[in-house]
Amino acid sequence: MSVSAPLRTPRRRPGGPSVGRPGAVWALPAALFFLFFAVIPMGLVAYLSFTSWNGLGTPQFVGAQNWQRLAGDPVMHQGVLLSLGLTVGSWAVQTPISMLLGVWAAGPQRNRAVLAAVFFVPLLLSSAAIAIIWKALLDPNFGPLARIGPWLGLDSVSLLGSPSGAFAVIVFVSAWQFIPLHMLLYQGGARQIPASLYQAAEIDGASVPRRFLHITLPQLRNTITTSSVLMVVGSLTYFETVLILTGGGPGTSTSIVPYLMYRFGFMGYEMGYASAIAFTLVIVATAVSLVMVRLTGFGSMRSTREGM
Amino acid sequence: MAPTRSAPAAAAPDPGPGPGTARRRAPEPRRRTRRRTRANPLAGFGAFIWLLVVGVPVYALLVATLQRSDRYLESGPLTPPGDPTLENYTKAIENGFLVFVGNTLLVTAGVVALVVVLAVPVGYAVVRARTRGTDALFRFFLLGLAIPAQAVIIPVYLIIRELGLYDTLPAIVLPTAAFALPVCVLILTGSMRDISDDLYEAMALDGAGQVRTFFRLVVPLSRSGISTVAVYAALQAWNNFLFPLILTQSREQRVITLGLFDFQGQYRVDIPGLLAAVVLSAVPIFVMYLIARRSLVNGLMGVGGK
Repeated sequence: MSVSAPLRTPRRRPGGPSVGRPGAVWALPAALFFLFFAVIPMGLVAYLSFTSWNGLGTPQFVGAQNWQRLAGDPVMHQGVLLSLGLTVGSWAVQTPISMLLGVWAAGPQRNRAVLAAVFFVPLLLSSAAIAIIWKALLDPNFGPLARIGPWLGLDSVSLLGSPSGAFAVIVFVSAWQFIPLHMLLYQGGARQIPASLYQAAEIDGASVPRRFLHITLPQLRNTITTSSVLMVVGSLTYFETVLILTGGGPGTSTSIVPYLMYRFGFMGYEMGYASAIAFTLVIVATAVSLVMVRLTGFGSMRSTREGM
Repeated sequence: MAPTRSAPAAAAPDPGPGPGTARRRAPEPRRRTRRRTRANPLAGFGAFIWLLVVGVPVYALLVATLQRSDRYLESGPLTPPGDPTLENYTKAIENGFLVFVGNTLLVTAGVVALVVVLAVPVGYAVVRARTRGTDALFRFFLLGLAIPAQAVIIPVYLIIRELGLYDTLPAIVLPTAAFALPVCVLILTGSMRDISDDLYEAMALDGAGQVRTFFRLVVPLSRSGISTVAVYAALQAWNNFLFPLILTQSREQRVITLGLFDFQGQYRVDIPGLLAAVVLSAVPIFVMYLIARRSLVNGLMGVGGK
């Protein structure tokens, strides 16, 4: 890896005569910084997962003990399943709603401005704030749901109190938080679709659902990929919502992987075991993002106007 | 606003006729041309449902903050208060909310400065350099997208402690900036790719060196990318919860998100007071939304905005 910039590159490029080009040295400060705070910690997590450490003294090497424990820990198995379930559930709830709202919002409705402004509110709030709001709203004693719930056939007391209810609340709250963002993505994507395609379809007498299926969906391919990737990565690293809304409970029924890492590491001071949990998260996230880089073709220009 | 070809045509929700309509080619002479021929009642109905899903909780939130806390427990959250009061807001401020805001602003400014200073040269190198090293570096940053902050928080905690920074604001700034870098590098390389080779040639013919080319050509022409990056980094810093939670401890170093979390622990029964603090926490971003909506939206979307 050469770091010094060659003064002149005598190599012939198809881009005209070569001009002075920056060397890798321009990227060095950022690379070192990133190395120090993100990449080296990754290596450290791997190392710490083979140690026993309470967070204060010196980590003691204990071999694969943590990993053996992790392999046999039912709470951890449940956590991985919950994380995956949350990812799939979030995607299944958020994608269709975001897409329909986004495509609708790209249209010519008159009242869009007002609606868009209201839709936008969740984006102004941090995850912590949103979790707190919903915790207050779902409060079994004083929350609005406790009062209007019976009309809707919802019993708020059982919502956060039952395993499936609490899980559903997490999926719902994350949808409430992130749908506006993905709606914007889809709106942007839908705006890029050339109107001529729709006009042609109209002339051919294609019905609305068919137009959606054969024009909108294929044209939104890139948007779907981008949005899905953001959703998946987001769901894997969910934390504040679970910490504030359910505390991983009732029992351990909403203890997803990042929450377990926090619980064992920073509440139970078992940093070695928590590191093993954290590394599990790295493995999953790396697999996901490798797929994501493949699919989205980041680093190459994507044409949104194919065949035009 | 230099429109890049790859950017979506203003994804921002636009009041009135937005860019979507402005960018339309010559309209057909007969009848209103509709970009979408979906006079779609079903979609409209769906949008209305979602309006309720978002609107009702927001309404309940705002109403609750205007209630006296003792009244809130009796009369319930959905009835408009008979005598609206702002005491919950004053209470939140008296409880040190402004200190949290100050800390958050400091952290945010630090993160934005650090990220912009570090990431802009990387973008330049990735787009222009012809050495193998830079390609490798770009991949290295891309891989960084895969590292979730939760996964490395334990070693980061160790490193911060070893550096003697535990429980200081820089402890939050450094890792937050590091984790914002990959997305920022992506955004910047995207926007710098649009600078044409001819301009570089012209700079070179003028005898400009690397540094001058960078400051006179690259930085001005990638302004929109840089502002997106700045907003993205600012939002990351503003909303970050995990780093402050683990890396700071004392009240003096508390940021807003942690302040809310802490209030939540204290105010078991004073829900209006807590919710008032939540509303206050959204005010700065709301102001930013009013001032620079498009930058905010692009920043929110990060990679997706490309």
